[in-house]
Parts: sequence; C-alpha cells; structure tokens
Amino acid sequence: MFAHIVWLVLRKDFTVEVRSLEIAYTTLFFAISCVLVFAFALVQEGRAPVGGAAGILWIAVAFAGTLALGRTFERERQAETLRALLLAPAARPAVYLGKLLGIVALLTAAEIVLVPLVALLFQASLLAHPVWLALILLTGTVGFAAVGTLFAAMLIRARSRDVLLPVLLYPITVPVIIAGVRATGVLLEPELDVGLLQVWLALLVCFDVVFVTLALWTFEPLMTE
Amino acid sequence: MPSWFTPLAALCALMFATAPILIAQAPYESTMGLVQKIFYVHLPSAWMFLLAAITCGIASLRYLFRGDPRQDRLAWAAAELAVLFGVLTLVTGPLWARKAWGVWWQWDVRLTSSLMGWMVAVAYLLLRRYGGPGSDKLAAGLALFGIVNVPFVYISVNYWRTIHPTTNVVPTLPTSFGVPLWFSAVTFLLLFVLLLRMRVRLEEQRARVDALYLSMDS
Amino acid sequence: MSPFDSPQDKPFDAARGKPSTALGARADFDQLTVDDVSRHFGRRRALSHISFRADGGAILGLLGPNGAGKSTMLALVATLLRPTSGRIRYGERDAGAHGAALRAAIGVLGHDLFLYPELSARENLEFFAGLYGISDGRTAAARALETAGLADRGDDPVSSFSRGMRQRVALERALIHQPRLVLLDEPFTGLDDASTAALGLRLNGLRAGAAIIVLATHDLDLAEGLLDRAVFLRDGRMIHTADRPGALRAMYRDVMTRANVASGFSRTDG
Repeated sequence: MFAHIVWLVLRKDFTVEVRSLEIAYTTLFFAISCVLVFAFALVQEGRAPVGGAAGILWIAVAFAGTLALGRTFERERQAETLRALLLAPAARPAVYLGKLLGIVALLTAAEIVLVPLVALLFQASLLAHPVWLALILLTGTVGFAAVGTLFAAMLIRARSRDVLLPVLLYPITVPVIIAGVRATGVLLEPELDVGLLQVWLALLVCFDVVFVTLALWTFEPLMTE
Repeated sequence: MPSWFTPLAALCALMFATAPILIAQAPYESTMGLVQKIFYVHLPSAWMFLLAAITCGIASLRYLFRGDPRQDRLAWAAAELAVLFGVLTLVTGPLWARKAWGVWWQWDVRLTSSLMGWMVAVAYLLLRRYGGPGSDKLAAGLALFGIVNVPFVYISVNYWRTIHPTTNVVPTLPTSFGVPLWFSAVTFLLLFVLLLRMRVRLEEQRARVDALYLSMDS
Repeated sequence: MSPFDSPQDKPFDAARGKPSTALGARADFDQLTVDDVSRHFGRRRALSHISFRADGGAILGLLGPNGAGKSTMLALVATLLRPTSGRIRYGERDAGAHGAALRAAIGVLGHDLFLYPELSARENLEFFAGLYGISDGRTAAARALETAGLADRGDDPVSSFSRGMRQRVALERALIHQPRLVLLDEPFTGLDDASTAALGLRLNGLRAGAAIIVLATHDLDLAEGLLDRAVFLRDGRMIHTADRPGALRAMYRDVMTRANVASGFSRTDG
C-alpha cells in the first residue's frame, strides 16, 4: 500500500508534467543558460580551467534543481492540492517519496542533455567512463533532491519561500556539491583513480541514506501545523 | 531572573576583566609571536559556537516531536548565540591565518566547516524572521538537518582539501595553552549561559505578553 | 515515532468504495463535538471559545462574514490545524491518536477546490480514489462523474471547465470515499441556479445517509431551508446558535446588530 501511494503520486506528477512540459522545458533551458554564463566567465583563450567542466555541470544541476523544486511545489500550492494530499489517509512519507522520485526523474532527464553539452563546450572527456558518471550523478541528484524536496514542501506555507529555498538548501547540500564536483573531476583525469572515486561515492551514498531516512522521519511533523 | 543570575554575571564580568592579564602573562610563543594570543579568544569562541549549535539541534529535535514551546525558545536563543560566537570565530580565525599562513582565508577544514555551520545558523534566523507564521517548526527541521550534516561537511571538506594536490602544508594548531586558555574557556562558557538565559527569558516574556493579550476578552 | 506504523493503508470494499468495517479501517462516529476550541496565530485570535455539536443526519451551517473564522474552524475539524486550546472529538475519539483512520472518514471541499487543472476530471477522481484506498478507483470515478452530471466531459482537463463544473467535480472528489464527516467551505461559489438546486439535493441525500455535514458559507439565501442548525461566527467568536433556523437573513441581521452593539459597549467600557 505504501508503494502504491508512492506510485500514484509519481504517476500523477508525471502525467501533469507531460501535459504541460512547463517545468521540464524551463528547467532545462535555465540549466543551459547557467552553463553558458559560466562558460563566458571562466573560459579564457578558448580553454576552460582544469576541472572546470565538473564544477559547471554541478552548478547547473544545483541551480536548475532549485528552480524545478520551487516550481513543482508552487504547482501543488495553486489549488491547495498539497493540502488535499495531506488530508488523505495515505501515509505521508509515501507522498514525500513520490514527490522525491518525480524530482529525481526530472533532474536526471535534464542531466542527460547537460552532460554532452558540457563535454562538448569544454572539450571535457566526461563520457569516458559513463557508468561511473551515471553513478555519481544519480547518487548526487538523490542527495540534493532528498533535502530539497523536504525543504520545498515545508516552505510551501512560509512567506518569501522563493528566496528561502536556496538559502536553506545550499548550506545543507554542500557535501553533495563537493563530492559530486570532485568525483566528476576524478573522471576527467587521464588516469582513473578508482580508490578515490569509491571514497566520494561512499560519501554520497551515506548522505543519501541518512538524509532520505531523516526526511521520511520528519516529513510528518514538519507538514502538520 | 533566577537568583543565580546576578552573582554569575558579576563573576563573569570579573573574569573578563582578569583574563587579559592572564593572557598577557602566558608564555610567549616564539614562532608566532603576539598573534598567537588570539587563540585565547578564538578557541573558546569556537567551542561556544559548537555548543550553541548542538543545543539548538537537540532543542529543535525535541520541539519537532514533542511540540514543547520552551524547547523552541531555547533553540531560537541558541541559534542566535551560534551566529554571535560564529562571527567571533570566523573573524579571529583569518586574523591568525594572515600571520600563520600568509593569507586571510585558507580553505582549511575547520574554518570551512565553521563557515558552513554558521551559514545554516544564519539561514535559521532568516527563516524565523521572514518565514511568517509556522516557521518555528520549519526552522526546527532546518536545525536538525544542519546538525546531522556536520560530519558530512567535515569529511567532504577534509577530503576535498587534503586530496587536492595544491594543498599547502598547514601548520597544526597548537592545542596546549595551559591555564589561561581554560580560564578563558570558562569565562566564555559563563557568558554563553548568561546570554542564553537572558535570551530565553526575553522570549518567555514575549510569550507571556502574547498570552495576556489573548486572554483579554475583546 | 516511525512514519511507517500509523494505522492507514487498510483495504476498502472494492464494489462500493466503502470502507470494509470488518477491519475497522477507519474511524466511525456519529457525532462531532467542538468543545471550547480556540486557535491563535501569534497574537491574532482566529477563533476563541467555540463550542457546538454536529450530529449525523443533519447539516450544520457555520455562518458569518468573511474573516469570521469559518475556514479556520473547518481546517481544525479536518485535522489540518491543531487547536491552541480546547478539544474536538469525533464520537469518543480525539484527533491526535487516530490521524489516518480519522482522515479516512472525513471529506473536505476546500475553497481552493483541491483539483489538478492539468488532469482530466476522471484522472483527478481516480487519483484521489487511490489515495483514499479505494481499490476500484475506475468505477468510483465513473460513478462520481455521473453524479456530477459530467459523464460526457470526464476526459477533458479540469482547466477547461467553468467554475461551476469544477465545483461539482471538487464536491464529488471530496465525497468519493463516502465520508462520515463532510466539510464544505463555500460550496455554492460559482454555481448557477440549476447546480445550486442539484447541490441541495446532493446534501439532502448525504443527510439521509446519516453523514455529519458541516457547511461554511456567507451566502444566507442559498443556505436558507437547508440547515438543521446554524452557528453564527463573527471575529472568531460564536455569537448565536439556532436549531432548525428559518428566515436566516432576518436572524443574521438581528444577531449581527446585537453583536455590534455589544462590542461597541465593551469598547467604551475600556
């Protein structure tokens, strides 16, 4: 039953998004704009600084993720549908998990476009180790979205939520950004340091486990006034 | 105010007056010179910063699940003290770093972690200030996440710094300063307790004023 | 404290979408008692010292101007808010201990409709049927569309509907799990005469089915003749109650004038 609720919420978000594609298009275009802005800021004499591609990729993911989180919950606020979700007897952590999976799917889709774009614009060999890259991106995105989904959901009834979301989210997700950027940077080195990659991945996995658990645990008290 | 408050405040003032003398007479550290003395302020501030953050986290956890408003007031007071002692830590740290490392800011693991923790504390206060009604619970959630996040920040910054090839050799911080440091630490602890009590009391009074206002019948 | 061990997720009878009472899946009660309830937001007194009782098979109206606290009262009864003081009892239960079981027995029509505009009426209804644990959501949604008189428009997105049509879908969404306690916030908004009459019939049907109905409105003409009990609110206070009220408008004017005079006096008293 728990899994069924997760599935229902996820499928509902997916259907809504497919109808309008609003968040997908705006998030993706915003991410691409970020990449370009950073390209103009950092590329000198046609060359990006060493490891710059890794940083730019993750900055784009973090910024676009914040935008997507805000928009997704703004949509639930418009007809107060989040209230309706909370009024249903369905397990509230299941609602959280459904929303989280939706955000992760959306960001993954954005990353599928972003990675080749960044690789192309910065002549970075991002796609040299696709499996490692996929693992890093997935664990990093889950960690970022786990905290972000909870914060965006709880901020839905706060004033000035648009600006408060990044203010709260970035300091907490610093470990994800550091680990994501560094691990992606390792992939760009000529020789792959697997041991180091494993350290960063372990950190990301631990972060995911701890914060998804914490979010599931605190979602109920945070959503009741 | 409780009966212990005034004597303790007097003691704290006395200790703050004595501390400079003790610090001045402490053994002169030859390689660092005078700037080493900043540690008698820096280390106690950092400890109080940590204590304030932990107090805020635990009080927030209890408020979130038990709903006791006293815990909420304690968390709020502790968050403000975390910002205050955090500023002291973050200002005195670079002052020392300028002399020791030759740069104002070194992405040292402790300095960076402190900065991130301080950011969370500031975010907590911003949320309470601008979040509108109901932000007390949300802030409690943030504090809880912030506390759980501390080891992750520390480990990630540590790896980021130490594995990075351009890391300078950072001189390890001396850890033994003898009596003056402990004297200084106790003084700061007293200040922390007094400020916390005062701040909690202010919120208690506010809550009472609100309750009185609400109990008036029209 | 674990989020997983709350007593929800119990199966519902597939055929009618009714809860399978054998499992005791949801709270059952035939009385709602609001006992000296106050709710403050900071220093703002949204509600103070409200007490009333709503019985099964009866419609209770919360009447009063905008900002009187009607919506807050409904949110409290819906368990979305907790009272600052006082108790709300559902039969013999309190809200705290029976969260999900209680929510399964409550249906809420909010002022903001609780519908996803991008989804069709049918998808909205099926989604919420699923959330309420109705195993045959398809049948339940089809029946709800039938009742709303929108069987032929069921697959159009809700955003293409008029306010009145949305209101009808929203009402059936709130009733899809056949709740014991029905809470309606301004249900007449945007309805034309025919729809208003249909809503009246629907409410009478629910009353005949022994549901407890609480209806908040400022529209006295439309509530006329529908209510079994009226509770008048003003500035978060209960200023009058009447059983089997008739001539609501006259009563309202009278009650409000007296309340004005009373508050005027107390103001000059200091």
